[in-house]
Amino acid sequence: MIDPRPSDIIDHFADIIRAAAGHKSPLRIRSGGSKDFYGSRIAGQKDCRILDATAYAGIVDYEPTELVVTVRAGTLLTELEMELRKHDQMLAFEPPHFGSAATLGGCVATGLSGPRRAFAGAVRDFVLGVRMLDGRGDDLSFGGQVMKNVAGYDVSRLMTGSMGTLGLLLEVSLKVLPLPAMEMTLRMSMKEAEAISKMNLWAGKPLPVSATCFCNDELTFRLSGAEPAVRAAHAKLGGEEIVEGVSFWESVREQTHAFFQSQKSLWRLSIKSTTPPLSLPGKQLIEWGGALRWYASDADVDAKAVRGGAANAGGHATLFRSPDLCATVFHPLAPEVMKIHQRLKEKFDPMGILNPGRMYPEL
Amino acid sequence: MNSFELVTKLRTFLPTEAVLHETEDLRPYECDGLSAYRQTPMIVALPQTENEVAEILRICHAAKIPVVARGAGTGLSGGALPHAEGVLLSLAKLKRILDVDPAARTARVQPGVRNLAISEAAVPYGLYYAPDPSSQIACSIGGNVAENSGGVHCLKYGLTVHNILKLRVVTIDGKILEIGGEGMDSPGYDLLALMTGSEGMLGVVTEVTVKLTPRPEKAQVVMAAFDDIRKAGDAVANVIGAGIIPAGMEMMDKITTHAVEEYVHAGYNLDAAAILLCESDGAVEEVAEEIQRINEIMNKSGAAEIRTSHDEAERLRFWAGRKAAFPAAGRVSPDYYCMDGTIPRKRLANVLSGIEALSAEYGLRCMNVFHAGDGNLHPLILYDANRPGELELTEEFGAKILQMCIEAGGTITGEHGVGIEKINQMCSQFKTKELETFHAVKAAFDPDGLLNPGKAVPTLRRCAEHGAMHVHRGEEKFAELPRF
Ligand SMILES: Cc1cc2nc3c(=O)[nH]c(=O)nc-3n(C[C@H](O)[C@H](O)[C@H](O)COP(=O)(O)OP(=O)(O)OC[C@H]3O[C@@H](n4cnc5c(N)ncnc54)[C@H](O)[C@@H]3O)c2cc1C
Repeated sequence: MIDPRPSDIIDHFADIIRAAAGHKSPLRIRSGGSKDFYGSRIAGQKDCRILDATAYAGIVDYEPTELVVTVRAGTLLTELEMELRKHDQMLAFEPPHFGSAATLGGCVATGLSGPRRAFAGAVRDFVLGVRMLDGRGDDLSFGGQVMKNVAGYDVSRLMTGSMGTLGLLLEVSLKVLPLPAMEMTLRMSMKEAEAISKMNLWAGKPLPVSATCFCNDELTFRLSGAEPAVRAAHAKLGGEEIVEGVSFWESVREQTHAFFQSQKSLWRLSIKSTTPPLSLPGKQLIEWGGALRWYASDADVDAKAVRGGAANAGGHATLFRSPDLCATVFHPLAPEVMKIHQRLKEKFDPMGILNPGRMYPEL
Repeated sequence: MNSFELVTKLRTFLPTEAVLHETEDLRPYECDGLSAYRQTPMIVALPQTENEVAEILRICHAAKIPVVARGAGTGLSGGALPHAEGVLLSLAKLKRILDVDPAARTARVQPGVRNLAISEAAVPYGLYYAPDPSSQIACSIGGNVAENSGGVHCLKYGLTVHNILKLRVVTIDGKILEIGGEGMDSPGYDLLALMTGSEGMLGVVTEVTVKLTPRPEKAQVVMAAFDDIRKAGDAVANVIGAGIIPAGMEMMDKITTHAVEEYVHAGYNLDAAAILLCESDGAVEEVAEEIQRINEIMNKSGAAEIRTSHDEAERLRFWAGRKAAFPAAGRVSPDYYCMDGTIPRKRLANVLSGIEALSAEYGLRCMNVFHAGDGNLHPLILYDANRPGELELTEEFGAKILQMCIEAGGTITGEHGVGIEKINQMCSQFKTKELETFHAVKAAFDPDGLLNPGKAVPTLRRCAEHGAMHVHRGEEKFAELPRF
């Protein structure tokens, strides 16, 4: 079989979108399906047509010395990461895969970042440009392949994390960074409150900390950088070296760590990093220097209390995994902010056919 | 509502001196940093609180009066150019630093606070606000958000969009939006990114929560001189290819070096075709190693001369010339016009030789300073506005540079914004449907188009006309049409 030409694949996607818009029938955009669990269920999901976006795959352009890679959205995340590694580079936001089928499109659309996020930046910080199809099937490009670009509104970052509700991602240009020359994972025992203040104290110092994880009265952290800097920081901070560091951070990122197993519901609280320990029944794992608190519980959880706690701490709560498929996932928006969201949705997807309800029922 | 009625209405809640309408009082507001464009507004309003901002906007919204926000007026694209029938809304009096939280490394400030004032307030905690535009003594954080401003350190530390957490924004109908949060992300669409760089078109920023960064233990800079621009460009690629992200990586061409050396006496090599400044910062041990590697790379890349700063005074002296490039241009020429294209770095040599050819063609000198690490080029075209026709020639020269940047796969503006200045080039960079999307985004926030009308995104009609101009090669076909 001859591979279809890239432009034919795009035409095919555009035809599907136009037809769906014509019939006002919803589409569920899906690539590897590794993040099917994430987000709300699409209205009428059972009968909803799936737009499989995996066919448009491959690296379009990669210039290691420009620190920029342009990738088709259907490209496997593993494939991209392997290519970058060949040139000693990486996606610095350390994205979770949640399965081997994960694609770059899903990674950008969900906007999820891993352990290095607090120290290097999130997906949105590295997105430089996108090519996309909007809800009319129009082929649009925003941003570009350069680091600095303020021509026009930042639609590329608007697309990041929009859960496929504003358009189908075709290509994404990303800033990449060199792999650190050295990484070292260290661990020390302490109580939660002490760990939170320690993580914040370190973040205020010029130290090469690149990940933190507090769980079961243990603070695990990673140092990354040039060897002399890593060694000097180790001498300053102490801690016992963990040899299986790489697999530890992978288990946190991919949620294969014991903490994430067999719980009824998993909440993600993204809050001000200095927030003292949150008193919630169940257990917690803390990442991002205190700014990300995973909360798992076997019992029924009072969603209002969790959301209230997060809001009081300057942030928001997401019901990340739950057996209840009808539960509200994302933190409610203020009415004025929701109004802007609805207007944007109307402009990008006038027929409301792209992943309707995957983020909020109103979108 | 006429001007008199509006003044009366505004003075019901603003002090008399906070509403200006006499021509001589309006003059100081007639332009921003792009002084070739001037326009006095109908009225200038100088609110002191967010409530006052909201009330002004509500009144203007009801009466369909255009509003142009203004920070410090240092913008270089005419973004804060007033509207003849509109209100110029100055945020200069909202200048309080509301809170510095050293533990969480954040500062909450009003929009009129100067960029540098934030870093100064953070000194006691060993922290600073990382984006450092050369205008940082004067420019406001509100203006920085509106332009997504960068500085010489943004390759490593990011632009404004990477260094803010939360905004309070008043929309044209006087409603207050809280965008972003105190955590590292927020629910819903990334409106924080959408607001950043939106040039005062979507809402008025009334409060900014910024991230603060720990001051590095040490910084050191390598100054390398090259006899060929191409070699200097390769040196930049070689540094990055070696896995180094320098804290700053700046290039100056020969005419710039000459102009600034006379001014700051930094000891630059005057024979060099290009000078590279490459800075390393971080822990003492880290800087020592990186500086050594940078030296080796510069050497291998064919640098004619390499010097490393030995102390802080010398480091600042090396930087002084780069930081003084704009004022130096102002000294060697009565006027200068600063361009802001970004290109993929590998196209640098081609674009620079293109600029050189244009410089000869137009008979206008051009200095080139370059944020080399991230491909952001600032050609400074030297001209004399008092010579009839020279400004027009300069603008045409500039437009051709921007066209070259687009053709090289880059963009017409890296950090100064579109404003009114590059409105025509937007038609070259974007397709009709993309421009329509921008108009749709604008309409989602400001359906009546009252905030900063005529800036940042061209109307489709204007593009149709500009397209026609292109076909006729430089002959302005619709010269009678207003520029904005
Ligand atoms: C000598 C010199 C050097 C410069 N160097 C750099 C540099 O290195 N890097 C760089 O990026 N820029 C640089 N600039 C450009 C300029 O300083 C920046 O664009 C700066 O961010 C503008 O801030 P301002 O407060 O002066 O904004 P203004 O010029 O007052 O306004 C700029 C835009 O922001 C809007 N605006 C202002 N305040 C608000 C608000 N509160 N809410 C909504 N919209 C608002 C205005 O409507 C306008 O569109 C330089 C300028 C000069 C003159």
